[in-house]
Amino acid sequence: MSTAAQTVKPVMPARHYLNDNYGIRSWLLTKDHKRIAVLYLFSITFFFFIGGIFASLIRLHLLTPNGELFQADTYNKMFTMHGVNMIFFFLIPSVPAVLGNFIIPIMVGAKDLAFPKINLMSWYIFMVGAFFSLYAMVSGGVDTGWTFYTPLSSGFVHTNVIVMAVGILFAGFSSIFTGLNFIVTVHRMRAPGLTWGRLPLMVWANYAASLIMILGTPVLAITLILLALERGFHIGIFDPKLGGDPVLFQHMFWFYSHPAVYIMILPGMGVISEIVTCFSRKRVFGYAFVAFSSIAIAVFGFVVWAHHMFVAGISVYSAMVFSLLSYAVAIPSAVKVFNWTATMYKGSVKLDTPMLYALGFIGLFTIGGLTGLFLAALGLDVHIHDTYFVIAHFHYVMVGGMVMAYLGGLHFWWPKMTGKLYPEPVAKLAALITFIGFNLTFFPQFILGYMGMPRRYAMYSPEFQVLNVLSSAGASILAVGFILPALYFTWSLKYGEVAGDNPYKATGLEWQTTSPPPTHNFDVTPVVTEDPYHYGAEEEVTVVP
Amino acid sequence: MQSLPLFPEQASTVAGQVDALYLFLVLITTFFSLLIAILIIYFAIKYRRTPERTAEQIHGSTLLEIVWTVIPLGISMVIFLWGAALYFHIQRPPGNALEVYGVAKQWMWKFEFPGGQREINSLHVPTGRPVKVTLISQDVIHSFFVPAFRVKSDVLPNRYMTSWFEATTPGTYHLFCSQYCGTKHSGMIGEVTVMKPEDFAAWLESGKAEGSMAASGEKLFQQYGCTTCHRPDSGARGPNLEGLYGRPVRLQDNRVVIADDNYIRESVLNPNAKIVSGFQPIMPTFQGVVSEEQMLQIIAYIKSMADQTGQPLNNRSTPTQIRDTEVPNVQQQMQQDQNQKPSGKQP
Amino acid sequence: MSHSPTTIPEHHPALVHQFDSMEQQREASTFGMWVFLLTEIMMFGGLFAAYLIYRIKYYDAFVAGSSSIDVTWGFINTLVLIGSSLTMALAVSAAQRAWRRGAQIFIVLTMILGSVFLGVKAIEYHQKYVEHHIPGGVFGAFDAVSDYPGEDHNIYWDLVNKEHRTPEAAKQIADQTQIFFCFYFAMTGLHALHMIIGLILMTWLLVQVQRLNIGPEYYTPVELSGLYWHFVDIVWIYLFPLLYLINRTHGR
Repeated sequence: MSTAAQTVKPVMPARHYLNDNYGIRSWLLTKDHKRIAVLYLFSITFFFFIGGIFASLIRLHLLTPNGELFQADTYNKMFTMHGVNMIFFFLIPSVPAVLGNFIIPIMVGAKDLAFPKINLMSWYIFMVGAFFSLYAMVSGGVDTGWTFYTPLSSGFVHTNVIVMAVGILFAGFSSIFTGLNFIVTVHRMRAPGLTWGRLPLMVWANYAASLIMILGTPVLAITLILLALERGFHIGIFDPKLGGDPVLFQHMFWFYSHPAVYIMILPGMGVISEIVTCFSRKRVFGYAFVAFSSIAIAVFGFVVWAHHMFVAGISVYSAMVFSLLSYAVAIPSAVKVFNWTATMYKGSVKLDTPMLYALGFIGLFTIGGLTGLFLAALGLDVHIHDTYFVIAHFHYVMVGGMVMAYLGGLHFWWPKMTGKLYPEPVAKLAALITFIGFNLTFFPQFILGYMGMPRRYAMYSPEFQVLNVLSSAGASILAVGFILPALYFTWSLKYGEVAGDNPYKATGLEWQTTSPPPTHNFDVTPVVTEDPYHYGAEEEVTVVP
Repeated sequence: MQSLPLFPEQASTVAGQVDALYLFLVLITTFFSLLIAILIIYFAIKYRRTPERTAEQIHGSTLLEIVWTVIPLGISMVIFLWGAALYFHIQRPPGNALEVYGVAKQWMWKFEFPGGQREINSLHVPTGRPVKVTLISQDVIHSFFVPAFRVKSDVLPNRYMTSWFEATTPGTYHLFCSQYCGTKHSGMIGEVTVMKPEDFAAWLESGKAEGSMAASGEKLFQQYGCTTCHRPDSGARGPNLEGLYGRPVRLQDNRVVIADDNYIRESVLNPNAKIVSGFQPIMPTFQGVVSEEQMLQIIAYIKSMADQTGQPLNNRSTPTQIRDTEVPNVQQQMQQDQNQKPSGKQP
Repeated sequence: MSHSPTTIPEHHPALVHQFDSMEQQREASTFGMWVFLLTEIMMFGGLFAAYLIYRIKYYDAFVAGSSSIDVTWGFINTLVLIGSSLTMALAVSAAQRAWRRGAQIFIVLTMILGSVFLGVKAIEYHQKYVEHHIPGGVFGAFDAVSDYPGEDHNIYWDLVNKEHRTPEAAKQIADQTQIFFCFYFAMTGLHALHMIIGLILMTWLLVQVQRLNIGPEYYTPVELSGLYWHFVDIVWIYLFPLLYLINRTHGR
């Protein structure tokens, strides 16, 4: 550690991507991937809070068993809107479109993504989708559940299904273009010396997620188009009364929506790799295994979709195949968890806020992932399918996992993106509050699920009330944990300490440039000669028995 | 177990087995979660950053990677096999099960016993005997879920699904619809009442007002004119249905299918899909004419039709006993009919 | 490399700032177009898979549906599209050789052929409209009497009189053809939409050939537009047999 650098107080660079150009046109017509990342940041934060409001209303309503707060129809709309917003307008774009857009070109030593105009277009497409979604929400909502099962959604509800489907369609295309951009950038724009084996794991993870984005999302597109056609013209593609097959809808829907969960989690795992290495000041344990496990998750993720359909009428034999494959997809994730843990071994660990979120991720993702094994066990899934157990499982991986990873990444790269430091003590407190609130909210739901409380219930049997109250209490704490960062990040823009180029003394190309970076990223195109995470002197390889 | 508020009551033969697998998974999850949690906390403390020590740069260990890939894989395979075996058991009703029929609709459950006893949002079953529920939906996808029995099956429109259980403990248990089905999804609940066999028999007796399902089905069979073509004599224009149920049938294209509930239902609603070998596709469709409950009664009637040998129904014969009726003068009859206007039922 | 990345010696006017060389730009752009076409394959693939599943489930109805759409028009369209791919390839070749006028001529020819394709499609759609084969409210494949002499694609009538089906079977099959037509319109409609986008792309390309210095060092816009056009052509090469050719007569 250079002590000389620490005696000089860091100053903001004179010109950087935020002040290079002023005016709304310079933002709305920008081609700079960093500015586009900031645009996405605003959009998805907005939708996170919309989804969060619905979540709060849901938990408020579920305080009492008889559903006294809202009518059943309203409640049904709320959980649908919560799911659609959180999945399509927050989780899927979160790490790739905000952190990935900002950091990946810099991480590979490029001046921008391969197709900056397509990057901007993807944001506009996202906003068009957002507009449709908001319109569907304010003009009566949608009450089919985010899964849109037919024939309920195609022939029975009277809500704005088609408008919402169009909104999701646009959000999907935005995702496809982001993924396309990442893939071409990683293949074609790496700096000299940056071989695949030297790429930061954040790049590997986003690359794997991008593969899923481009291959899976188009199938969702066609499924939604067919659903809209059926609903609009009363033709029987999925409606059995008109000769269609409702189970075909489920197959087509889950063919995308299962890989979609890996679109959501893989970028988060990439963030964790960056944080754990930096705050242990150690190279990652088993780099190749972590990198290839990302690809393995992407590949296996495509062949397990029918594990959502074990009681839906598929044959016993296909159920067994999908169950077996679902265990296969769990293994690479387990490998990553072990590798991250081993990275901390004999490291030099500092529990700064990003590291707190990363460790929270590792613990909670482990629990969430292991509870996936319950659901993959056929005989057990019969009992817990479509109960609160499923809800607890996916919130553990999505919120305890993914949202924590996103927040960790946001904290980690906030100094780089804004040039300012957030207030560390408050941030640590917020991380702790989030962790406590999260577990209090969702752990009781495992028990509720096994006791038999079904999902999507506006009213429930009285014996479930105690656990529901616990869960709602936890939700109020969790809400505080999420609101705090919004407040102190905003505060830090004006009052935060200046961060300097590399406040964490991290490796990685993004830390070799100023905070915030210049518009063109590098004054000099870097040449890479070292492995990623080259913390400490290069020593002989030590093999742990 | 039953006093713990973490589990529903174990009221079926399979409940204990499901709970055992669950417990095993809880133990595995607890073990590995605690392992990871303790390790990361321990490492965070033991290897906390101090100025005297620098981190040791460890590339990795292929051996360790293999170990922690193979062990989870092994444990997963155990869980998989256990779960698969249990699922196999849950999905296949035993042959001697008591039959109940259920029709789900937004937002209620309608059950009917072969003897004609009907219930709405309530289901009485005996202990000590497997019960097979045959379910269908009138509208959207629902799901039949009895937590105390640990059974669940989606209920689809246009296709029969079955769920079976053997209740062990008298009492009243929840029935929930567990596939989101619209406004009153959370109100689509009922009670399963398990009774000792004697009490159940008494209950059955008291509910026999309308006549058995098969009797109702027979009335419908005549009312809809099925007897016009489906007769046992050799001049019949439709296959004889006596003794048909559960037996293999050869179709015109030489496929062989089993005449089960779904087959009969399809034959009534979409007769052209499977034409029995030796017959003409002249059966009109009854789509929109026959309700789901009527369909179940007709099926019950067909089940009850013993064949001329007086053999009991519902035994699954070997493929050598394929029905392959040849009706020689059907062609002539068809020529005559084609010159007339079709007289089948128009939906 | 010690220069600032925004000034590179021999800076081609078409080089955009994020790339270091024209070669990198061309490689990245081409790769990007292939990835995009991969996503399109997945989208059409989903639709084709659903179509094939229903073809198996409703075999008779799909046979009847297939035999009611005009192979002649489909064949003409196939030739037209293959021709347009030829002209497109010639356009790319001309651009490669800096024969800009030639490139423009071939692009215009491609557009003409593309428009012919859409025109034929419009004729076919009109035929379907007249025969009441458009799914939804006005579907009427089972009208007992053919209204238009010579327009003998009344499915019910064909099934009874040409295939000698029983009236009951004919009615059921005719009702089920609605699903066939739903897929027919979805598949050809999605394809036609891509054709229209292709024509817009060609218009843009005409301008680009004029404006930019299209030549051996830089003909990427023409090449990539060509890739897109060929892809749309290939989708039709799959559509034509799937919809028009297979199982026009009862195989079983």
